[in-house]
Amino acid sequence: MSRALALAHRLSGIALAFFLPAHFWVLSRALELDAFLAWTEQPAVKAAEWGLVTLLALHLAGGLRVLALEFLPWRDWAKGLAALAAGFTVAAGLAFALAL
Amino acid sequence: MSRRAETLLWVAQRASAAVLGVCVLVHLATIIYAVQGGLTGAEILARTRGNTAWFTFYTVFVIAVAVHAPIGLRAVLAEWFGWRGRARDFALIAFAVVLAGMGLQAVSGVFA
Repeated sequence: MSRALALAHRLSGIALAFFLPAHFWVLSRALELDAFLAWTEQPAVKAAEWGLVTLLALHLAGGLRVLALEFLPWRDWAKGLAALAAGFTVAAGLAFALAL
Repeated sequence: MSRRAETLLWVAQRASAAVLGVCVLVHLATIIYAVQGGLTGAEILARTRGNTAWFTFYTVFVIAVAVHAPIGLRAVLAEWFGWRGRARDFALIAFAVVLAGMGLQAVSGVFA
């Protein structure tokens, strides 16, 4: 599980790095925000939004796991930390899906 | 790249990760709170415009991201694509500058 989470952490980081310029571009055009928000009402865009929020939660949880393994004397907890990270990702994904 | 520079990048990656850990938690909570009941441009901007605390928070967030993402991509480019050396580092510095520039412009558009 730890290896799968490390790979997921990396893939989510790559996806977020590609997404950020587009995110910043939309936000910098604040005056056209309503037109953009109307576009985001489409189900496919909502699904993509959910995917992005879940990827962000996954990258956060995976990163906190790396910091804990590197800086805290918790090496024996690797499996527990991976499970914790996976659990946090699922919880954040569900919370966002319920809020949508 | 010298060993010292590599160490500096490692420290920058971990330090920015620690800052981002807090920023992303707050950002996720804000997103989940804000999307309830739908979003409108006017509602978002009424909440954000002129808010110094959020302006400062998101400025720090953008700078931490501009440090963190290129260093992360640097390892990916080396390990998965075998791209090392100065050209890669210059490309990533350019990416960092673009991220910081676009991010600060977004912060200014939404919060200033």
